[in-house]
Amino acid sequence: MTWDVALILGIDGLANGAVYLLAGLGLVLIFSVTRVVFVPFGDVAAFAALTLAAFETNRLPPTIGLVLTLAVLALLTEVGSLIRRGEHRQIPKALLLWGVLPAVPCLLAWLAARAGVPASLQIAATVLLVVPIAPLLARVVYQPIADASVLVLLIVSLALHFLLSGLGLLFFGPEGSRTAPLASGSLALGDGFTVSGQVMLMVASAIVLSGLFFLVFERTVAGKALRATAVNRVGARLVGIRPARTAMLAYGSASLLAGLIGVLIAPVTTMYYDSGFIIGLKAFVAAIIGGLVSYPMTAIGAIAVGLVESFASFWSGALKDVIVFSLLIPVLMLRSFLTPHADEDEEEVDQ
Amino acid sequence: MKSLMTKTLTRCAVAMAVLAATASAALAADLKVGLSVSLSGPNSSLGVPYSKGMAAAQSYKGEINGRKVQLVVLDDGSDPTTAGRNARKLIEEEKCDVIMGTSGVPAAIAMAQVAKETKTPMIGLTPIALDPADNPWVVTVAQPTQLMVDAVVERMKRNNVKTVGYIGFTDAWGDLVYDALNKATAKAGIKVVSNERYARADASVTGQVLKIVALKPDAVMTGGAGTPGALPFLALQERGYKGGIYGQHGLINPDFVRVAGASGQGALMPTGPIIVAEQLPDEYPTKKIGLDFRSAFQKVNNAPTSDAFSAYSFDGWMVFADAAARAKGEPGTPEFRASLRDAIFSTKEVVGVHGVYSFKPGNLYGVDERARVIVKLDNGQWKLAP
Repeated sequence: MTWDVALILGIDGLANGAVYLLAGLGLVLIFSVTRVVFVPFGDVAAFAALTLAAFETNRLPPTIGLVLTLAVLALLTEVGSLIRRGEHRQIPKALLLWGVLPAVPCLLAWLAARAGVPASLQIAATVLLVVPIAPLLARVVYQPIADASVLVLLIVSLALHFLLSGLGLLFFGPEGSRTAPLASGSLALGDGFTVSGQVMLMVASAIVLSGLFFLVFERTVAGKALRATAVNRVGARLVGIRPARTAMLAYGSASLLAGLIGVLIAPVTTMYYDSGFIIGLKAFVAAIIGGLVSYPMTAIGAIAVGLVESFASFWSGALKDVIVFSLLIPVLMLRSFLTPHADEDEEEVDQ
Repeated sequence: MKSLMTKTLTRCAVAMAVLAATASAALAADLKVGLSVSLSGPNSSLGVPYSKGMAAAQSYKGEINGRKVQLVVLDDGSDPTTAGRNARKLIEEEKCDVIMGTSGVPAAIAMAQVAKETKTPMIGLTPIALDPADNPWVVTVAQPTQLMVDAVVERMKRNNVKTVGYIGFTDAWGDLVYDALNKATAKAGIKVVSNERYARADASVTGQVLKIVALKPDAVMTGGAGTPGALPFLALQERGYKGGIYGQHGLINPDFVRVAGASGQGALMPTGPIIVAEQLPDEYPTKKIGLDFRSAFQKVNNAPTSDAFSAYSFDGWMVFADAAARAKGEPGTPEFRASLRDAIFSTKEVVGVHGVYSFKPGNLYGVDERARVIVKLDNGQWKLAP
C-alpha cells in the first residue's frame, strides 16, 4: 500500500463516514427521545434516492402514493382515538394536521415531476416528500405502543422495515438507479490525486448538519424539550412537555436527515429498494459506539466505520462487512465493562 | 398491474387449456407442452419474457405432423418448491409430453428431479448445473458459461492482452465466471492477476478497483450480473483505468446499460446472436429465424422483443418440435415420452435463434461456437463486434 492509495481510501472512507454520521444522528435522536431503534431509517433514505431518480426520468415518483396511503392511515388512527375519547371538537384540527399537511409535499412533488423543472427544485421536493414518512409511521404504529418495552419497540421496528422494503419493491421495482451528481468538478491535491465535488459536498453537509444539530439542542426551546424528554420522560411530562409532540419532532427531523442522505448518496451509489437497510445497519454500529445516547461519540464511531470499511474493502473485498460488524464485539464488551448496568426499562413500562 | 393482468390472462389460458383438453380428449390426441415460469415474485422480470416467447413460438409453429400443440403455463412465484410441484401437476394432471422451465436455476433443478422420477423429457431454459449421467431426461438450450467465457478470452488474445484482472460477485455466479476464466486463460497463455470480489448489495468497490489498477493489467474481466454488475465499470472509469473492460452474458440487460451509462462505453461481452439479429451477416445460420422470431413475437404480444430470455423459450419449442416430428407412439403415453426423449437426444443441427442445436446423450448442452457472438456497448446500444 502506497501513500496515494491510502489517501484515496481515506477520502472514500470519509465520504462513507459522513453518510453514516447523518444516519447515526437520526438513529440516536429517535432512540433517545422515544426509545425506538428506528430500523426503517435506511428505507426512508432509499426512498428519497429512488424518488430523485424518478424525478430525473420525468416520472411521477411512486412515493406520493406511499405518503398519501400513510396519511390516510394516520388520519383514521387519529380520528378514531379522538372519537373514542369523545373529543369531537378536535377532529377538524386533526384533519388539517394529518390529512392536509402531508398532502402539501405530495402536491409540490406532483408539480415538480415534469420536464424543465430545475434539478435543485426537484431535490428540494424529494427531501420534503419523504419528511412526512417517519412521523406518519410513528403516529400509526409507535404512538399507540409508546410505553412498551425497548424490545417490543425494536421488534415492531424490524417488522416495519420488512413492510417498507416490501412496499419499496412494489412501488419502485427490483432494479437500481443512480442520479446525476449534485456537484460537478473536483479539487486537485498534488499530482494525479483529486477529490470529487460530490465527496466534498457529502463531508461538508455532515459537518454543517451536525453543527446545526448542536445549536438547536443547546439554544432553542424545542431542542431543550427534546433533550428533556430524552433524559426523563416522566420528568419532562411533569414540567409540561408533551412526549408525543416531541416524539413527532424527533421523527420529523430524522426523516429530514434520511431524505438528505438519500439525495447525497444517490449520485455515488446504485440505490435499490432495499439498499437502505445496510446503511442503517452500519449507522447503527456507529450509534452503538456512541451508546445510542452520545452524539459526539456517534460521530466518531461513524467516521471510524467508514474508514474501516474502506480499508477493509482494499485488503479483502469479500470480508469487508464481516470486518465492519466485528467492530461491534469489542465495543460492546468495553461498554459493558465501563458503564454501570442500569435497568431503566422496567421502571418505564409500568407507568 | 401488468403482471397482475398477465397472471389473470395466464390463469384464463390455463383454464381454457384444461377445458379444451377435456373436450377434445375423444378426438386425435394433441401434443402437450407444459411450461412453468415465474410470472410473479423477484424472478418475474425474466419469467414474463419467457412465457411471452413461448406464446410466440406456439403461434410460429403450432402444428407438428398434423397434430395440434397445446401449451399449459403455470406460475411458480419464483419459488423452487412451487416449481417442483408445478412440474408434477403438469405431468400427472395435465399429461404433458414435455416440460420446460424455468426462470431460476434452483427452480429448474427442482423440476429436473420430477422429470427424472416420472420419466418425462424436460427442456431447460437456463444453464442448469447438473450431472448429465444422473439426469438422462434433461437437456437445456442455454449456453454453458465456459463457452461464453472462452469467446471473451479468444477476443482478449486477439487484442494482445497478456494480463487480466478479475472482479466479480462473492456468490456462485462470481465463482463460475472466475473458474471459467482460469480454464480459458490457461490455454490462451494469459495471466489472471487478481481475484477481487464484492457483494451484490455493496455501495462501493473503490478498494478492490484500486488494487486492480495498481497491478496494471492489460484488461479487466468482470463477473457480475444485472444492475449491480455496473459497479466495477463505474469505479474503473472514476480511477481513470485505460485498458479494455470485458463482461459476460449476465450483463446483457437494459438496466445494466442504464446504470453503467458512459462508463460502459466500449465494453465487450459475449451473448447469443439473437440480441443483434438485425446486424448479423446474411449467411449467419440463425439470422433468418431470428428475424422471423422478432415478427412472430411482435404479432402475438404487440410489443417488440429485445431480451435474450424470450428467445430461449422459442428455441426450446424448436427443439421440441423437431423431436416430436420424429417421435413414435400416441401422445400422452409413457411410450411416446420415451421415444420423444430419444428423439431429443438425437437432435442434429436444429436451427434456433440463439444457436444451432445438436444434443447427444451424456451432455446437457447442445450448442457450439455458433451460439455466441461478441457485442460492444456503443452509446447505450449493443453493436456486433466481429
